[in-house]
Amino acid sequence: MSPLLSLTSLAKSFANGVAALGPLDLNINAGEFVSLVGPSGCGKSTALRVIAGLLAPSAGAVTFPNGKPEIGFVFQEPTLMPWASALDNARLPLDLKHMNRGEAEARARTALARVGLFGFERAFPRELSGGMKMRVSIARALAAEPKLLLMDEPFAALDELTRQSLNDDLLKLWREDDLTVIFVTHSVFESAYLSSRVVVMTPRPGRNTADIALMQPAERDAHYRMSQQFADGAGRVSASLRGAMANSEIASSE
Amino acid sequence: MNRALQILIPIAVGIAAIALWEFLVRHYNVPPFVLPAPSAIWAAFVENFATLMASLWTTLSITLAAFALAVIGGVTLALLFSQSRIVETALYPYAVILQVTPVVAIAPLILIWVGFEHIDVALLILAFIVAFFPILSNTTLGLKSADHNLIDLFRLYGASRWQIMWKLQFPTALPYLLGAMKVSGGLALIGAVVAEFVAGSGTATGLAWRIVEAGNRLQIAKMFAALALLSTLGIAIFFMLSALEWALLHRWHESALKKER
Repeated sequence: MSPLLSLTSLAKSFANGVAALGPLDLNINAGEFVSLVGPSGCGKSTALRVIAGLLAPSAGAVTFPNGKPEIGFVFQEPTLMPWASALDNARLPLDLKHMNRGEAEARARTALARVGLFGFERAFPRELSGGMKMRVSIARALAAEPKLLLMDEPFAALDELTRQSLNDDLLKLWREDDLTVIFVTHSVFESAYLSSRVVVMTPRPGRNTADIALMQPAERDAHYRMSQQFADGAGRVSASLRGAMANSEIASSE
Repeated sequence: MNRALQILIPIAVGIAAIALWEFLVRHYNVPPFVLPAPSAIWAAFVENFATLMASLWTTLSITLAAFALAVIGGVTLALLFSQSRIVETALYPYAVILQVTPVVAIAPLILIWVGFEHIDVALLILAFIVAFFPILSNTTLGLKSADHNLIDLFRLYGASRWQIMWKLQFPTALPYLLGAMKVSGGLALIGAVVAEFVAGSGTATGLAWRIVEAGNRLQIAKMFAALALLSTLGIAIFFMLSALEWALLHRWHESALKKER
């Protein structure tokens, strides 16, 4: 089976000469939940932007062997339009694609209900809490019915409980919609909880040093966070991350 | 402090000041050509009601026309700037030159070009020049302030430049534009008045000219009456633009947030 997307020797340097990423080689299959984990500034976000087509790579390529799927993007900040209601924010992708009003509204309502915001359609972003704003942002991504969901440290700014509840909701949406998710995070525990696979990246320019497959139960909850299985997964990710950091510290001190 | 008091206190201060003024003028027999009593100003207002209202209308229509042109022109040019770096680079310095050159200094030139038989057109142009720049510069800044992640998101969903401009950049710029309109509304009035002082008598006789005329004839009470009308006009413009700002922003913009936290 050909992968959903392939990154081949993907690299990105910026105009100021900073090499942010790569070369990175990675295949991602349909239905996977892949976390990119690495220290700040290792080019994880850059990788997502290149995959989304928002940045052109300096070298290498992103290929979609089965054609480019519909892509959803969730940023670290909710990135909502403050002048628009939750509903109008959620339907943005559909409006931009000139979908007819009635259908766009129905789809946006469904998306909001799925992230637990039924009844908040008319609320403006400033009336919502940080977690709810992030839910609107996820609903907006879902409204376009993506196959591939790119998430750039989406829950980093939230408190721990909100974050855990969004983690669980995200897993549910991933399963229900057969989504492929690429999830950037710097949290070892978050990656170990969510992912079917964790890709550990080195400090700048980011390369993948470890590719860890995690056997996960379909149903994960607060108990799972206490389990040995979860602790083992987190331990493996943590060890690779320490290894990646240590190697680069040796390299940079030489 | 509750809202009623916030309105009542300044009104009470105003009434007290006017009463004191009336008392002092009467008590010390101040000559009316130095400082007329409020009652005399009111009498002059009633007596000259028709001419003052006609002048008010002249000044008001020039101010509003200049303001409307400034908003339309400023927003249009700012939208053009946001779409083309070249147009902005080419034209922005000239907009600045127009702004920094004192309107009083340009007035005689504009008068000669337009011709003394069309003084109202000259006044309109001069008031426009004064009111135009804040709209242009603030709207340009606002259009450039759109959230970069949102721009990326629009691009991800294949938005056209037109969609980015109307659905993202323009709403982002709206609070900047409305702030600039409050400044420009006042400036349009100042421009119309200053220009009339410079242009002198002609076909248009606005409030500024009534003030000059009354001053020359030592009708100080009438001068005060015209002055009061000008202030009232300025205040009315400010309040209407504040109301417009509130109507458009209060549901979503931070500036309209009540201190509820």
